[in-house]
Amino acid sequence: MAIDRKQIQTTASDEFLKGVWKQNPIFVQVLGMCPVLAVTNTAKNALAMGLATAFVLLMSNIVVSSMRNFVPKQVRIVTFILVIATFVTVVDYLIQAISLEQHKSLGAFISLIVVNCLILGRAEAFASKNTVWRSLLDGIGMGLGFCMALLCLGGVRELFGNGSLFGVPVFGEHFQPWVVMVLPAGGFFALAAWLLLFNWIGEVRSRRAKLEDVI
Amino acid sequence: MERSEEDHVVNESPIPAVASAAATEKPRIWPMYLTLVSVGVACALVIVIVYEVTRPIIQRNKIELRKQAIFDVLPGVKKSAAFRLKKNSGRFEPTAVESEGEDLVFVGYDDQDELVGLALGAQGMGYQDTIRLLYGYSFEAQAIIGIRVLESLETPGLGDRIETDAEFLRNFEKLDVRLTANGDELANPIEFVKPGKKTAAWQIDGISGATISSQATAQMLGESAAKWIPRVRAREADFAFTEEEQ
Amino acid sequence: MNETSLWSLFINACLINNFVLVYFLGICPFLGVSGKLPTATRMGAAVTFVMLISSICAYGIQALLVAIDAPYLKLISFIAVIASTVQLVEMFIQKVSPALFRALGIFLPLITTNCAILGLALFQTNRGYGFVQCIVYALGAGAGFTLALVLIAGLREKLELAKTPDLVKGTAITLVLAGLLSLCFMGFAGLSK
Repeated sequence: MAIDRKQIQTTASDEFLKGVWKQNPIFVQVLGMCPVLAVTNTAKNALAMGLATAFVLLMSNIVVSSMRNFVPKQVRIVTFILVIATFVTVVDYLIQAISLEQHKSLGAFISLIVVNCLILGRAEAFASKNTVWRSLLDGIGMGLGFCMALLCLGGVRELFGNGSLFGVPVFGEHFQPWVVMVLPAGGFFALAAWLLLFNWIGEVRSRRAKLEDVI
Repeated sequence: MERSEEDHVVNESPIPAVASAAATEKPRIWPMYLTLVSVGVACALVIVIVYEVTRPIIQRNKIELRKQAIFDVLPGVKKSAAFRLKKNSGRFEPTAVESEGEDLVFVGYDDQDELVGLALGAQGMGYQDTIRLLYGYSFEAQAIIGIRVLESLETPGLGDRIETDAEFLRNFEKLDVRLTANGDELANPIEFVKPGKKTAAWQIDGISGATISSQATAQMLGESAAKWIPRVRAREADFAFTEEEQ
Repeated sequence: MNETSLWSLFINACLINNFVLVYFLGICPFLGVSGKLPTATRMGAAVTFVMLISSICAYGIQALLVAIDAPYLKLISFIAVIASTVQLVEMFIQKVSPALFRALGIFLPLITTNCAILGLALFQTNRGYGFVQCIVYALGAGAGFTLALVLIAGLREKLELAKTPDLVKGTAITLVLAGLLSLCFMGFAGLSK
């Protein structure tokens, strides 16, 4: 990287945006994979899961950041996990209260948010070392990036696998759905395709940056 | 870090060394316990509060969903009630609508408080995971008149066609479950046949492309019907409308 | 009490509903550790062991929680047990085989966040398995996980000798391989009858 784009003082909007694009949790950091593939067979499930995870991420970032000066180093991981597990339980009951149907579709994967490497990763790498305000922004940004990525996957899988988007048929009657897309295999393929796209865009950008250097 | 402390201490008299050693050892363990315990307690508190707040809402949702399912499988029903089979007496006794358990049946009454039929549950292993469904049984027609899938994690677009495929659902508009003369068992056990091969009223046409899911549905329906229909038919009088139900 | 037979439970967890290739649990170590065959095998063994212990503990905890009517503490207690078990396994491996400890590196503590283990505990409590069923299920799930890991590791080792485009190397191609494997495993679907 010829041009060092990192500034010493990152602005608030930078904190927020980095989660969405530059450090997108799924496509760049490749974190939090498990729920990604399992619940993205329809766009609606993907959105619900994304929102639930974003909620837990935001709340745990805030709490961890508030606690950061009181928690001894040796027990920090355990404390983080306790906090995350609490908010996951909270979101589990919230979803049940809002829509039992959605809860049934997502099933055990709501509880599995607690082992989403993304949330623990952010708590450890960021929230435990930054102010509450910045952690909040980081949480929203990463959560948004996560949601977007899930929607991309879910949208593509539902579109090609079922011919619909959020349950609304998009293609005509004669569309033959690519059933493989809603099967687990399709999840792997779709993610691989998106990763390729992101890799390629990254390549093109760095090539352009190098060219700009030369010129 | 520890080495430099030791070097520093050696230059001074031993007593402050012991004192400082004690001072650095003890506080390290205490804040750890304190933090863990207080965080644990705070977390538990949050969970309990949220649980208590959402519990009535969730309960209401469950009852709504169940009532809706009963109305779906028993057309014309205006009121519903739940009955539990008492093992020792063999009788069915009324119980709360939101109860859970394997030995529950649901009854539907029309607006004249007349018995319309029963909604019974069935479950079994589908292609991906357990399928749970509710089916409506009409005493008059001696047939299953509707099914509603309650829980299924079948593949969207494939296995979940057991819920959406019109041809498949037509099987359950009048699925014959007549009993033998003595009322001990089904005269013709429910049978699963390949798509398009249905010839008798007690057969279920499969869905091509969703064979496993549709076959599993047929099988669990068959098992449940064979087990429950003779029993409920024998005790039809137990289900008469009483004022306690809602 | 669930009625499934022990043998069908094992086959189900290992092949038909393989934890990695069908339920997408345990993807992080799957993508991270599967580069070399020996590491993959040992990771699989460690995970199986943790699964076994966690499964037994989860059964006990669930019984306790039902007794005191506190279902909402399930998640927190499960994760606490899993974290402790992993800690114990870490210390054990460190003592017994420091080489293995170094080989597994960061991925050993990451077993805690391995969705497969928590998923196992949640599935078995949701389906109401009995004690022996839990053990068999855990063994099956661990075997399936190891199987998936070993298969991918073998494939990736071979892949290093092949010409792959730069863009695809690493995670992307592993995912495609995983997808193909997942399709293959679908062939086991009819086994349950």
